[in-house]
Formats: sequence, C-alpha cells, structure tokens
Amino acid sequence: MSSSWIIRGARPLGGKPTDLYVDNGALVDDPPVGAQELDADGLVALPGLVDLHTHLREPGREDAETVESGTLAAALGGFTAVHAMANTEPVADVAGVVEQVWRLGIEAGHCDVHPVGAVTVGLRGEQLAELGAMADSAARVRVFSDDGHCVHDPLLMRRALEYVKAFDGVVAQHAQDPRLTEGAQMNEGAQSARLGLAGWPAVAEEAVIARDCLLAAHVGSRVHFCHVSTAGSVEIVRWAKRKGWNVTAEVTPHHLLLTDDLVSSYDPVFKVNPPLRSNEDVEALRDALADGTIDAVATDHAPHALEDKETEWAAAAFGMTGLETALSVVAAAMIETGRLDWSGVADRMSVRPARIGRLTAQGQPLLAGAPANLVLVDPAARVVVDPSTSASRSRNNPYAGRELPARVVATFLRGRATVLDGKPA
Amino acid sequence: MTTLPQHLLSAADLSRDAALLVLDTAEELARVADRPIKKLPTLRGRTVVNLFFEDSTRTRTSFEVAAKRLSADVINFSAKGSSVSKGESLKDTALTLEAMGADAVVCRHGASGAPHRLAHWIRGSVVNAGDGTHEHPTQALLDAFTMRSRLGRIEGLRVAIVGDVLHSRVARSNVLLLSTLGAEVTVIAPPTLLPVGVEHWPCAVSYDLDGVLPKSDVVMMLRVQRERMYGGFFPTTREYSRRYGLDARRMATLPDDAIVMHPGPMNRGVEIAAEVADSVRSTIVEQVANGVSVRMAVLYLLLGGGLVDASEAAA
Amino acid sequence: MSQRPAAEHPPTRPVTGDPSAARPVLDAADLGRALTRIAHEIVERNHGAGDVVILGIPTRGVSLAKRIGARIDAIEAGPGETPVGSVDATMYRDDLRLRGVRPLESTDIPPDGIDGKVVVLVDDVLFSGRTVRAALDALSDLGRPRAVQLAVLVDRGHRELPIRADYVGKNIPTSLSETVHVLLDDTDGRDAVLLGPADVDRREAR
Repeated sequence: MSSSWIIRGARPLGGKPTDLYVDNGALVDDPPVGAQELDADGLVALPGLVDLHTHLREPGREDAETVESGTLAAALGGFTAVHAMANTEPVADVAGVVEQVWRLGIEAGHCDVHPVGAVTVGLRGEQLAELGAMADSAARVRVFSDDGHCVHDPLLMRRALEYVKAFDGVVAQHAQDPRLTEGAQMNEGAQSARLGLAGWPAVAEEAVIARDCLLAAHVGSRVHFCHVSTAGSVEIVRWAKRKGWNVTAEVTPHHLLLTDDLVSSYDPVFKVNPPLRSNEDVEALRDALADGTIDAVATDHAPHALEDKETEWAAAAFGMTGLETALSVVAAAMIETGRLDWSGVADRMSVRPARIGRLTAQGQPLLAGAPANLVLVDPAARVVVDPSTSASRSRNNPYAGRELPARVVATFLRGRATVLDGKPA
Repeated sequence: MTTLPQHLLSAADLSRDAALLVLDTAEELARVADRPIKKLPTLRGRTVVNLFFEDSTRTRTSFEVAAKRLSADVINFSAKGSSVSKGESLKDTALTLEAMGADAVVCRHGASGAPHRLAHWIRGSVVNAGDGTHEHPTQALLDAFTMRSRLGRIEGLRVAIVGDVLHSRVARSNVLLLSTLGAEVTVIAPPTLLPVGVEHWPCAVSYDLDGVLPKSDVVMMLRVQRERMYGGFFPTTREYSRRYGLDARRMATLPDDAIVMHPGPMNRGVEIAAEVADSVRSTIVEQVANGVSVRMAVLYLLLGGGLVDASEAAA
Repeated sequence: MSQRPAAEHPPTRPVTGDPSAARPVLDAADLGRALTRIAHEIVERNHGAGDVVILGIPTRGVSLAKRIGARIDAIEAGPGETPVGSVDATMYRDDLRLRGVRPLESTDIPPDGIDGKVVVLVDDVLFSGRTVRAALDALSDLGRPRAVQLAVLVDRGHRELPIRADYVGKNIPTSLSETVHVLLDDTDGRDAVLLGPADVDRREAR
C-alpha cells in the first residue's frame, strides 16, 4: 500500500476545494511522484479525530472488544488517535499494563492508542497509583483517570492534581458522588418518578465538578472533566474558566442527541453512566460545545457483550458504543442545528483533544509539514445506522435504525490509509 | 368496540373505557364464585404461565384461581434471581416460555421494566403482576373495583394514598388509574418518601395526614418497610407511625362512610393499627376476593378473543 | 368460511347496499300478537306455568322474555309470579377466537333457581343455532333443569347445528345476503322486525 497520495478536490475544514499531497507520512507542498490518486470531490478534510475517552476492554473483556476491533472501529469513525481508559482487567495502574495496551495498538495499526493510567491502585480510590512510572513508560501516559469510578476522596484528588504537575499530566475526573448515586439507574426527574427507576440526581455530578475546579485552582493544576452531562455542570465549568482556571471538559455524542424519554422502553441500550438527561440539559451542552465552554467531544465508547445488555434494566451494564457514529451524531446535533461549522468540529474533535492529551502529532492544521493524520468526510451523505455491520465486537448501539448525516470516506494515519471508501483499507 | 391492548404493563395502558370494561366484566364474573360449578370454558386450551421472580403466594394464587376458573391451563414458573450471574437469564426464560406456547405470561419481577423486556421476546400477552417499584396494574384495578362496590362510584371520590410512595408500585398504578376514572387523589408521605417529579403526577401532594383524612372517602395505606430506616428515609418506625400511621384516633376523624384499604401484606402497628385493620371500614379481606374476579376479567379480555397475529407480535 | 348457495326462495326485492332500505316484515301489533300466542303455547304445552322459568338470551332476548313472562302472568298466574331472568352465553361461544373479545352481558337467575324446572330460553332471532348451543352449555353449569325449551321471535333458517325452536313467532326464510333486524321498544324506541341487506364488511352474529 502506497503512502504517497494525491487527494483531489478536498475541502479542508469545509473551505474551498483544493488538492492535498501526502508523502512519507506528512503533508507536502508538491504532488509526490508515483502517488495514488484519490478523488475527494465534495469531501470535507479534517485533521484525524482524537478521542479522549474510549474503552477498548483489553486486557480482560475481550468478549466485548479488543484493541484490534476497537481501533478498527475508531479508524472507521475517522479517528487517528484514541485514549484507552484504564478500567481493564487487570487495571492499567502500572507501567506494565499501559505498555501492553500501547504495544497492542501498534500491532493492530489502525490508529494510535494512548493508554490512560488509573489515578488510584485498582481504581479503589484509596491510594495513588504509580503515576510517574506510567508517565515515563513507553506509553508516555499523560492522562490519568479512574473513569468508571469517581476519585471522591477530596484529599486524594488534591494529591493527584498536585502530583501530575511534575510531568505535565492531567487528571480526568469521572464526576459522580458515590453516596448520592447508590443503586441509581437513570436521571432523577419526572421520567424516573414515572418509570419506578432509582434516580441519579444532577447534583451528584455538579457537586464534584465544583469541588474539583476549586481544588485545581488552589493547587495550580489543570483538571479535565469526563462526559459532562448536565446544564448545571456547564454553568460551573463556564464560571471556572471565566476565573482563568485551567479547567477542560468533554461531552459524549449521545449526551448531545439523546434524552431520558428513551428510557421508557426499558431497553438497556439506553442505560449509560452518566445517564441520559433532559432536553434542557441537551440544549445547554450543545450551546456549551458551540461556545467552547466544553472543549471536546469524547465518545466514551463502552462496548458490552450481549448478555450484559439483553436483560432487565437493573441488571444491565452501563454504556453505549460510539466510535463509528460519533462524527455523524455531532453533525446532526451541531452542524445541522447551525451551532458549529466543520472548522469548529475539527477544533472540538481533533485540535483541542490533542492539546489536552499533549499529542503533538495530532490535531495539527492541514498544512505542509504537518503529520498526515487526516479524515475525509462526505457531508452530504445520509446513513441509516445498522449495528450488525459494525466493526466493534459489541452491538449496544443506541442509534439503531436512525438516519444520521455525514459519512467517513477515508482515514489516514501518518500518510497510510486505514480506511478507504468507508471500509477498512 | 373497546378492547384492551395486547399487554397490560401499566395502568396508563388503559383508557377510561377500557378500565370500565374491566370493572364491568369483573362484576359479572364475580358471580361465578357463587355458583355450584365455579368454572367457565372460555379459555380452554389456552396456557397461562405464572412467572414469579419474587415470592408472592397471595398474588400468584389469585392469578392461578382466576385462570383455572376460565378453564385455562396454568403453569407456575418460579425463578429465583434473575441476572446472568444467578442462572438462567430473563431472555432465556422468555425463550423457554415461547417454546412452551404460553398464551399469557403473568410476570412478577424485582426489576422495574422486566415485563416490558419480556413483551419483546414472546408472542403472547404479558400481564405485569408487579415490577420493582414501577407498577402493579391489576392491584389498582381490584382496588378500584372494591371502591366502586363499597361506595357505588369512583368519579369524584376523594382518595388519600398514604405511605412510601417513592418505592410503591401500588401507588403509581393507583394514581394513574384513579385519575383516569375521575377520582381526586392525594398522596401523603414524609418528603423523603415522595419521588422527585411527583409534582407532575395527576394528584395532589401533602405532608399532613391529619389535615387530609377528614376530607377523604377512601384511605389507602401503603406498606412501609422497616429497612427504609437505614436509608435515612425516616429516623425510627416510632416516629413514622406517629406522624403517618393510621390508628383508631385518626380513623375516628374520617367521614362516616369512608373506607380503609391496604394492598397487603400489612405491618400491623406501623402504618396501620390492628383495630383499624379489623374494623368494619376496612376492605382488606374483600380486596383479596375481588382480586380473583378482576384478574379473571383481565385474562378474559386479553385472551378471550382471537390469537394475536404473528405479524403483530413485537420484534 | 366456505361459500354457501343462496336460499331457494329468491329475495322478494332487489338487494341494495343501503341498510336503511330494510323493509318491515312485522309491525308493532304483529309482534305483540306473536308474543301473546307464544305465551299461550307455552302454558298449553307445559300444562300450566307452575314449573316454568323464562330466561332471555341477551341482548334483546331479555326484553322479549320479560314480555312473555308478563303475558303468562296475565293468562295463568298473578303479576310477577312467573320467574323471568337472563342467561348470557358469551363465555360459552365457540367463535370467540374468530372475532374480537366481546363484552359480557348479565346472567340473572331467579331466586328459586332452575333445578327441576322447565326452562324456556328466549331469543330474538334463530339463525345458525350456535348462540342457543352456547346458552345450553351455560345453563348446564348453572343447574339441572327438568327440560329446556326454546322460544324465538323469528326463525330465519340456515341452521348449522341440530337445534330447533319449540315456539316461533314468525318463520322468515332468508338468503345469506340478507339480515333480520329486530327492533324493540325498550332498546330501540319501537317494535318492528325488518329485513334488509347484510353489511358485507361486518360478519353477522349468528
């Protein structure tokens, strides 16, 4: 497979059509000799998407997903880099496990895998993990998270925020007060009252975010918030940023599109942590992503085996898949509603996530000299989502049967095509 | 012609006409209990499965008697535990029932929404006999039937539902059905036992039992579990009982013809005093008898007609 | 359902699609005389009305039963002495699964019951005989009459079971493309029997 390309007539960030030239892993000024040609008439070119929050499940739950299948799904979704969360079995809380995951990513070759290190040993929230060792390892971990669990002990969170400053790391907090959400099943509100499902109050997320913004400011550290889901959380982040504090936040595609009305079918495909919220929350999240209060879209791709989802609601696992549908969902929620253009999407799905993860080779402008990590998107396409054709091993996809806009046509990882014509290359 | 939907999962599934049809049919079927031959041939050859994941001899027996009086074949399927880790999953159980050719599955389960999932996997009718803290539609129907037979009407009745509304499937179904039938419902509980979002329910809300009782035609007491004390819902059963229990003194403040109901089982001395439970105002015993007639009506109206077309079965 | 041959007697007027084009076959006076004759026949056949219980099959059979009971009272007994009631056959029908579920009607057995009595079932129209068969099954679960007899206002033919009426108000041979409408004062505002075209979409209750 050639790694020289002449991409004809692409529209970088949705702008005027132009030709892009790829050679030796980078974008170049002149058309390379002997290059393959790709007709990109009508296609938008974006820097390769960067996911700050993915669950690849390997090691431990290879029945649900592997690094191979997950990164292939990522490439099909237009991603050239993903951050793999640490709640594997064993937990990624030592250099050995993060290096294993990193190597699996290289072997699979579909996109770059940047393992996330756990903040605490075993995700138990009691003792800091060897964050430094993970930072120094071949995996060069910079993002640390106990995602799945909240670092709820305020003193421990303070120590973590301070400690990672030494290697320019960031703690990505999963904001969920455990006491307020014991046994919780769905957003607490009119729907939960009607459906008889234990409620998950917004304050359980907002109180932790408020606390950690204050902590980060106090110790002079940066902090990142995973999957922000409520209007109240948005207001707190906005307040913290206005104070000049180094706070960043991400939102999932599903929280930009889906609401808790969907739970009335009791179909656990809609069961997720944090839960689907109300219309008001969805609007606030969209506005926040538009004005930059929320920095990034992160999929929180959470694959689950069939038996963990085909049960009664209370027994089902939390999570939705999202790598392959992310761009289309964002297009539906943000571009079709006029809140962002393709340039804005590039910023929220590539530039800023790369910056937060300290990935210098990702999220770069599409100019000569930059690494050739890019994705070509057909903005006019409309696709009906069919989970049975997914590259992920899991089928817990909440968009089954929905028509969504935009389709990833080609993805390039350092000049090598990982996806062509919407299929693995 | 009024018909019932294919499944009875929530009291909200019943329009006013459908609910009245159930009550009128139950009234007619109640007479079967007085005949020498307490049997009708109507559901002969149909199979009704009682799928009970929670122990409940009372409700299960009620459905069993109802089905047998209509000459249906009854299979009792007791499954302890439901999730994958405890053995056969809900889905596998559903597929087994489907293979057995169940025409109706009466399902009681500890998880809200379990009958909804079941309805996806079988072709027969699903009757929700109580799912988690969500609903118990046939209980609400038999409660409404009891009110109508004691007081002659439901429209305009002032009904007070007292107790752990937050965790009560009986409360949810009753609020929905009674408002469909035109009653005025008030729920009374300490604030900790009322759900966020109760303000959207078709009923009034009060923390003050003594204020509401003199203006109530029906008082329905809900069972309160002592374990709720440990979740911080109330400090002690003594305090709960003092503020929200129905004792003889409070019963005396009720209007002359008011009745006292309880879905059972009762915590005598906590939410209801023994003298109240045994008083002439209490409908607790007849609620049980009415349960059979109402469940006969539900089974007849769901199964008495044509078999559901295979193409109409949920995917 | 297989196609059936039309009745031997051709319809006496052209069949139209308009139900209101039904023509009267019995008027109120004819209807009253028929019921009076039936009442006399019942008394005659049973050598008095002592053991007789009149049970109407809902809906219109109930009203007819009451009227026959009242006439027997006038002939033989005193007012209200003839026991009158109803027996609903819905739960015993053999065609429940072919149609939607039907609402139940009332079964009302007089206080002295039916054991050892002569029960006269009353219905408005006798057609296939299936309703009467269902009523007989219902009766057998309610007690053990000494005998069961059948009185109908109209016998329109086309029996599908070996059932025949003991007392008939009027024999009206019909084709299957026709319907007999019985109107009664207390349910429909007037007394009449009409013959009209069958509604092709609505399968007839037989």
